[in-house]
Amino acid sequence: MFSRPENAKMYWKELMHQCTEIGFGSLGIVAIISVFIGAVSTIQTAYQLVSPLIPPSTIAHIVRDTVILEFAPTLVCIVLAGVAGSRIASELGNMRVSEQIDALEIMGINTKTYLILPKIIAALLMIPLLVAIAMALGIWGGRLAGVASGIIPGSVYDKGLLEFFVPFNVIFALIKAYVFAFIISSVPAFYGYYVKGGALEIGKASTKAVVVSCILILIADYILSAMLLPSAQ
Amino acid sequence: MIEVKNIKKVFGDKTIIEDVSSVMKAGQCNLIIGASGSGKTVLMKCMVGLFEPNEGEVLYSGESFTAMTGSDKTEIRKQIGMLFQGSALFDSQTVEQNVMFPLNMFTKDSYKEKLRRVNEVLERVNLVGANKKFPSEVSGCMKKRVALARAIVLNPKYLFCDEPNSGLDPQTSLVIDRLIKEITIEYNITTVINTHDMNSVMEIGNSILYMYQGNKEWEGTNKEIIFSKNERLNEFIFASQFLQDAKDMRMLEETGKISGDRNMEELLDKDAPILIPPPNEE
Ligand SMILES: Nc1ncnc2c1ncn2[C@@H]1O[C@H](COP(=O)(O)OP(=O)(O)OP(=O)(O)O)[C@@H](O)[C@H]1O
Ligand SMILES: [Mg+2]
Repeated sequence: MFSRPENAKMYWKELMHQCTEIGFGSLGIVAIISVFIGAVSTIQTAYQLVSPLIPPSTIAHIVRDTVILEFAPTLVCIVLAGVAGSRIASELGNMRVSEQIDALEIMGINTKTYLILPKIIAALLMIPLLVAIAMALGIWGGRLAGVASGIIPGSVYDKGLLEFFVPFNVIFALIKAYVFAFIISSVPAFYGYYVKGGALEIGKASTKAVVVSCILILIADYILSAMLLPSAQ
Repeated sequence: MIEVKNIKKVFGDKTIIEDVSSVMKAGQCNLIIGASGSGKTVLMKCMVGLFEPNEGEVLYSGESFTAMTGSDKTEIRKQIGMLFQGSALFDSQTVEQNVMFPLNMFTKDSYKEKLRRVNEVLERVNLVGANKKFPSEVSGCMKKRVALARAIVLNPKYLFCDEPNSGLDPQTSLVIDRLIKEITIEYNITTVINTHDMNSVMEIGNSILYMYQGNKEWEGTNKEIIFSKNERLNEFIFASQFLQDAKDMRMLEETGKISGDRNMEELLDKDAPILIPPPNEE
């Protein structure tokens, strides 16, 4: 399906361009979401842990684990499916409808290699990075909220973060991030690349791409959790 | 030279192109004319390989393009320039980047060298000073010219133009037509043009293929087309009374008679024949 590039420099340039678009283009929204998710997690965890027998530092490691295991990879990727996925689908859809893809084909360029591959590679490079940033910001957001609302002092939170830390959780989250990144880039690329018709169809294709990506992310999330988390086996 | 042999193209259960054969020579403008929906674009896309014909083959300089695979096909494609009906400029790139794109992709020249070539072709299509504009910022005619510049920047052996002047005013169309003709002769390109503009037909139609509902209905030159007896063709080209008058006027000049039962005085009152070039100008 993909073939050897004509002029590697052009493909490199396209890859860098896509990395910027997907990485920096989504950084803002990812940062905002993660901080708020962390903050809300702290407050809601504190609300649910009413027993005086449980030490307050527990809040920190519950927040840490939920952010790392679920919120940072899954929620962020669902948002990215909307942000980056719809961009990919509509960009390719527009190129298809306005015959730009045909124009590239005529030049003898393999459009799948030139247009789709860089997007998938860029997503595989940038999305796990965004997820890692989301983890850090989420945990930091949790601390901010804990301190600001007087639920948990900063030092206790920091101490709690180091308790019962399972490094595998981070690896698991990154595995999820890679799988989701592939879904977020390939599904919209497929819908966009094969659009037929006009502007209306581009809109429909990108909506469909986002919906399908989100559902696939949730299914993949379930399968990966069932397969990789020891307690589920 | 491009040869088209018994091309047939079916979409679903609709036959769009039915058994079309023709030969398109180098150094001249080979026109494909026909009403909207007659299959011009589909035929052209079959020729360049964007559509796979169901039957028949296309030969580039004697070699079957249809039978080629992978890298051989790519080699031919590098010699093809195409101007699309909707220009198909890359809208995230400036005019200059659009024209430079094929050079970036297929040459190892220095940036300076490439820029020189870009400016050369932009000058060729009368587009000096638009380098940094984006496609969304330029007019339809300029878009066509940028697309033409991009199509010729690699010195193609084969040039395909799908309705190079649709949506342009008659004067600007003429500029584009002449430009294509000049380039064709200058570089001995095999140029194939889709059009339903009679001005272009008369101006540049060295060889004309008339399509009617997916079939080849008539073939000839712009000298012959006016005198053609083909009824469908006549209906197509002499769609207006004005053109019909022009034709009769020409016949009157040449044969002293006019067709049918028209009144000669009535015809002479009009000043129609400006669109028809004098016969035997060569
Ligand atoms: N991809 C496609 N799938 C199905 N049918 C198609 C496709 N492309 C074109 N057609 C059909 O083929 C017929 C011929 O279309 P084509 O675009 O070749 O016409 P045309 O002669 O170029 O017309 P125009 O002058 O308006 O550009 C039309 O009836 C069109 O509906
Ligand atoms: Mg057409």
